[in-house]
Amino acid sequence: MSLKIVVLAKQVPDTRNVGKDAMKADGTVNRAALPAIYNPEDLNALEQALRLKDRFEGSTVTIVTMGPGRAAEIIRESLYRGADNGYLLTDRAFAGSDTLATSYALSCAIKNLPEVDVIVCGRQAIDGDTAQVGPQVAEKLGLPQITYAEEILDVKDGKITVKRRLERGVEVVEGKLPILITVNGSAPDCRPRHAKLVMKYHHAKTVTERQEQNDDYMFMFDKRPYLNITEWSVNDIQTDINWLGLKGSPTKVKAIENVVFQAKESKRLAGKDSEIDELMKELIANHTIG
Amino acid sequence: MNNIIVYLEIEEGVVADVSLELLTKARSLATKLKCKLEALAIGSQLDGIGAQVFQYGVDKLYLADDVRLYPYTSMPHTSVLVNLFKEEKPQIALMGATSIGRDLGPRVSSALFSGLTADCTALEIGDHEDKKEGKSYTDLLYQIRPAFGGNIVATIINPECRPQMATVREGVMKKEIFDANYKGEVVNLEVAKYVSDSDFVVSVIERHMEKSKSNLKSSPIIVAGGYGMGSKENFKLLEELASVLGGEVGASRAAVDAGFAEHDMQIGQTGVTVRPKLYIACGISGQIQHIAGMQESSIIIAINNDENAPINAISDYVITANVEDVVPKMIKYYKQNSK
Repeated sequence: MSLKIVVLAKQVPDTRNVGKDAMKADGTVNRAALPAIYNPEDLNALEQALRLKDRFEGSTVTIVTMGPGRAAEIIRESLYRGADNGYLLTDRAFAGSDTLATSYALSCAIKNLPEVDVIVCGRQAIDGDTAQVGPQVAEKLGLPQITYAEEILDVKDGKITVKRRLERGVEVVEGKLPILITVNGSAPDCRPRHAKLVMKYHHAKTVTERQEQNDDYMFMFDKRPYLNITEWSVNDIQTDINWLGLKGSPTKVKAIENVVFQAKESKRLAGKDSEIDELMKELIANHTIG
Repeated sequence: MNNIIVYLEIEEGVVADVSLELLTKARSLATKLKCKLEALAIGSQLDGIGAQVFQYGVDKLYLADDVRLYPYTSMPHTSVLVNLFKEEKPQIALMGATSIGRDLGPRVSSALFSGLTADCTALEIGDHEDKKEGKSYTDLLYQIRPAFGGNIVATIINPECRPQMATVREGVMKKEIFDANYKGEVVNLEVAKYVSDSDFVVSVIERHMEKSKSNLKSSPIIVAGGYGMGSKENFKLLEELASVLGGEVGASRAAVDAGFAEHDMQIGQTGVTVRPKLYIACGISGQIQHIAGMQESSIIIAINNDENAPINAISDYVITANVEDVVPKMIKYYKQNSK
């Protein structure tokens, strides 16, 4: 049995390493100051997909990502680890999408693929932490979903068995294929890049990237079709434009505020013995501790 | 019509705290909007639910009772919500930001094309003017949440689509009985009209649910560590202080992500919200997501090398020194003075 596996992956700003210059003076986010990385839980998802591919001969892993041109990096990074091919969904029409518009665009892209047995993606992306896109894509495709997956245990007779890690426990569930699965950060880490695959795919590029960097390797793209990363614009997938971008986003940002705390009048201490002694006496005297 | 609906999360016949907290918040929103508060319970053997929720001011309780609806699976519960919402057209729908609410909410929003905001830290009612379109809206739900690594707080609205949906973490809202004698109406839904057999494509084979090991939420004293603690070993120092003071140990998200502390110890927007008498923040810089989960603590002590750490602004005592130096002194002088 071979499986057609799709991984939904996202390039995200690394919000875990926010520097001082991450915010502009007007309170908006300075995206340029944040490094762009592979969303961590999407890497956990990729690993689950690659393990299925290892187990079931003839299976393929296809990456679908939506973002600006530089998000092609996500596809290359996946190819280095064992994915077979990838599609970059990129178009100005997608700009300003909330989770619903994003999931609509992704679901249209998936419908454009020949056939799919399993879709895997990270539970959530670190730039929004909403955990919405996975289930929303599943619903748009009319597929069942299994969220919070920690391990895909087995695939047999058209059914997949998955261990879920929930806030307060563990579940083992069985679902019918085709199905969408979102993977937790508690799942095994993704395997590292494979040196041979890095050599093979190092020059993999989208059409736009090729136009931008007309280098000595251009001759290779005709002879080595696997180096072509497919780019899809809104015209390449069947969509209703009303469901895309800002227009297709029911949620609107009314206001964004920089965080200003109601500053308390605080007592400043340097940590000297006498100070800590006083502090503990004070806390005991006012029955905060005791 | 156009009421507020809260989805009740139920485990072994007991309504989850997060749902009761949402009912409390939704009651005050409903009073402000002059609409009714409704609750929806989906599961099996739901006879005891009314007695648990009416006192929170529920005007109408929908029950979808069917042995196949417990334990929770995504599609059948989605179908009940989607079909009921199509009939009742609620203006607001709220659910807990739990493993269930975060599985269910997006599916329902996708089916109804209604906006959903995850992990709100505040919900308010307010107006909105769209100058570009020349439209104005009254009594929208302001869904307020930190965003983008916690550097900003965003107010999200859904001007056109209904219901306006939001999820809220456990502990963020306060649970308060509205009226112990409040009586609402029970409506038994005919499950077959809402759910089709083809929805049951995922089945639960095994299930182990445990009570949370951490007592963070109810502890009057919390010693919390951040990324600045540097290692899992250094957390032992905090455990020592907590056990001497009779408190619990918590952690910031950065410390949990770094593997210094367990996930159920996480305090903040995407963890537990706490309101202890004393909060000792050790090596925590104080990103907004963390502060959102502890700012209502009565007394806050920050121990940090960085004299400009954001957490200092909301702290009653700021100790600018090494945690490793200060914590042993706290233990020593507490023992000396408490006799």
